[in-house]
Amino acid sequence: MKPEFVFYLLVFPGLLFTSVLGLLIGWVDRKVTARFTYRVGPPLFQNFNDFFKLLGKETIIVKEGVHSLFIVAPFIAFGVMVLISAIIGTALFYQYDLGADIIVVMYLLMIYSVMIILGGASTGNVYSSVGAGREIKLLLADELAFILICLVPIIKSGYQIKLDSILMAQVTNGAFIGSFSGLIAFIIGILCIQAKMALTPFSIPEAETELVEGPLMEYSGPPLAFWKLNQLMMYVAFPFLLILLFWGGFELIGIGILWAVLKYLSIVVLMIIIKNTNPRIRIDTALHFFWKIATPLAFIAIILAVFGY
Amino acid sequence: MNKNVIPVGPFHPLLEEAEYFTLTVDGETVVDIELDIGWMHRGHEFISEQKTFTQSIFLVERICGICSTSHPLALVHAIEDVDNIEIPERAAYIRTLIGELERIHSHLLWLGLAGHFIGYDTVWMWAWKYREPVLEMFEVISGNRNHYGMMRVGGVSKDVEPAKISELAKNLDMIQTKLEMIAKAVNDDPVLKSRLKGVGVLTKQAAIDFCAVGPTSRASGIPADVRKTDPKDAYGMVDFKVIVLQNGDVYDKLVLRVLETFESIKIVKQCLDKLAENNSPILNDIKEIKPGEGIGRYEAPRGEVFHYVRTDGTNRPIRHKVRAPSYVNIPTFQASCKGIPIADALITLAAVDPCYCCTERSLKFIDINHDPLKYDLLKISREKTESFRRQINGL
Repeated sequence: MKPEFVFYLLVFPGLLFTSVLGLLIGWVDRKVTARFTYRVGPPLFQNFNDFFKLLGKETIIVKEGVHSLFIVAPFIAFGVMVLISAIIGTALFYQYDLGADIIVVMYLLMIYSVMIILGGASTGNVYSSVGAGREIKLLLADELAFILICLVPIIKSGYQIKLDSILMAQVTNGAFIGSFSGLIAFIIGILCIQAKMALTPFSIPEAETELVEGPLMEYSGPPLAFWKLNQLMMYVAFPFLLILLFWGGFELIGIGILWAVLKYLSIVVLMIIIKNTNPRIRIDTALHFFWKIATPLAFIAIILAVFGY
Repeated sequence: MNKNVIPVGPFHPLLEEAEYFTLTVDGETVVDIELDIGWMHRGHEFISEQKTFTQSIFLVERICGICSTSHPLALVHAIEDVDNIEIPERAAYIRTLIGELERIHSHLLWLGLAGHFIGYDTVWMWAWKYREPVLEMFEVISGNRNHYGMMRVGGVSKDVEPAKISELAKNLDMIQTKLEMIAKAVNDDPVLKSRLKGVGVLTKQAAIDFCAVGPTSRASGIPADVRKTDPKDAYGMVDFKVIVLQNGDVYDKLVLRVLETFESIKIVKQCLDKLAENNSPILNDIKEIKPGEGIGRYEAPRGEVFHYVRTDGTNRPIRHKVRAPSYVNIPTFQASCKGIPIADALITLAAVDPCYCCTERSLKFIDINHDPLKYDLLKISREKTESFRRQINGL
C-alpha cells in the first residue's frame, strides 16, 4: 500500500476532512432551517460542541438484545462512511482511482443502511424495531431508483465504471447534467439521497414524533455521537457523489474554487429546502413514489442515455 | 401472527402532557388501541368545593393552560344559571371577545402542533409566530398572556379601554392577512393533502355514538355548536357561521379549524365595533347566590365544556362537576384509529386536539389484593349524589 493512501483515508479527503466539513455543513443545515422558521439558529461550532460533549457522556447499554452488535454498528457505519468519502473524494480532487469503482460505492452505501437496521434491531426496543423495519422498506424503495440513476453516467461515459473515468468523460465532453437523461437522473438522485439520509419527507425510520428517533432510540454517549457524525458526513459524501457523476466535478483553480463551493452548497441548500417545505410522508407513499414514479423515470433516463440524449 | 405493543406515553414527543395509549400493532397496522387516564389528576373539583365562587373561577382557569377562559366562562354561566343573573351588554361583548380570541390562538396552536407531528416543522413555527400577536392582544386587554382572570359572576373584571380598540383592530387585520397566507400555503400543498386526506376517518354515525363534540363532530357533519344552539353572552347578537364539513378525516379537521379561525376573527371585529360605541358598566355586583343547581355550557375551542354547580346559599359550591370536551372526544380513537398505519394513527390521536389535564376528572380504584372491580364507580357516585340531596333537603 502506498503511503499517500493513508493520507487519503485519514486526512484528505477521508476521515478528517469529511468529518470537519460535515460538522460545518451541519451548521448550515441548522442555520438555514432556523431562518426558515424565524429562529436565530446555533453558533458556528455548535455541532462540534455537541459531538465532543456526547463523547464524554455515559454509554447506557440495555439489558436485552445483542450488545456486541449494538456497540459495533455505529463504528462500522463510521468506517464505511470514511471509506466512501475517501473513494469519492480522491476521484473528485485528485482524479485518482483508489482501487474502487461505482459498484463498490453502491455496496458500501447499502452496508451503511444495513448497519442502521442491525443497530436498531439489536436492542429489542419496540420503537427501534419498528424503525428498523421502516429502514428496510425505505432501502427497498430507494435502492432500485438509485442504482438505475447511477447507470446513466456509466452509459454516457461509454460504459466506464471507474469514478475517475466517468469524471474524465465529463471533462472532455461537458457535464452530464446538461443532457436530458443526466438532468432527470440528477433530480431523482437528489430525492434518493434525501431518502438515504432519512431527511424529511423521508425521515420515516426516525420519525421523532412517532418512533422517537426509531433505530437510534437506545443509543447514548459515544455511539450516538458517531451516528450523528455519520449522518453529517453523508451531507458531504452524497453531494460530492452527485457532482462527480453528473456535474463535472471540481476545477480547483482560480474562479473554479468559487464555482466548486457554489455547486456543493446549492445541492446542500436544495436538500435543506426540500426538507423544510414538506411533511413526513407515510412509508407506503414513499414506496409508491419510488416504485411507480421515480423508477420508471430513471428507466426513461437510461433509455434516453442509450440513445445519446 | 406477530403482534407488538407500542406504548405512546406516559411521556412521548407526541403528547405535550402525560397520557398513556397502548397501540397493538401488526407490522405497521394498528389493530387495537387502549387508553389509560389518570396521570394528571389534580383534584380540581374537590379543591373548588373548598373555595368561594370568585376563587373557584380563578381555580378552574388553571384546569387548562390553553383553553383557559372556557372553563371560567362555563363556570360563571353555571353560577348565573342558579340565580338567573343578568349581565350588562358591554360585559357580554367583552366575554365573547376574550372567548373568540382564545379560539384563534388555540386553533393556531393546534395547527402548529399538527405540523410538528407530521414532521412539518416550518408550519409549526409559522403558526406559532402568528399566534404571538394574539397573545399580545390579550396582554393589552387583560394584562396577562395566558390566564386572563377576566371572568366574574355577573360580568367581567376588566374593561377594554376605548383608546386601545383601534390598536387592537389594526392588530387583528394584520393577523388576518398573515393567516390567509398560511391557510393558502397549507391548502395548496399537495404533499400535505396526500398525507392527511382520508386519514383517521370518524364517520358521522361513530361521532354520534361516541357523543363527539366541537370540531371533531363538526368535521364529521354534525352541526353541534353551543354558540348557536344555546347562545349566551353576545353570541346571539353577533353574526357568524357554524362551519360543518362532511368527511371526518384529519384534513377536514384541519380545514375546519382554519375556517373557524376566520369566523372568530369576524366575531372579534364585531365585538370591537360594539365596544367602541356602547359604554355601559361591566359588572353587576352580586351579593349572594341562592341555594339551587345550575348548568353552564360554553363552546371551547375543543368542543362543549360543561360545568355543573350545586349551591346551598353560602359562598361556596357544595358540588362542582366539570366535563371537558376531550373527555368525550378521546374515546373516538376506538372508531377512527383501528386498521390504519401507525403514522396515520398518531396524527389522528392529535387531530381531536386532546387536552389531557382537562380530561382527568376521575381516578381508577383498584384493589390489587382482591377483586379489581370491587369499587363500583357508578355506585360510589350515586351514593355521593344521594348524600348531597339529603343534605340540601335538610334530612
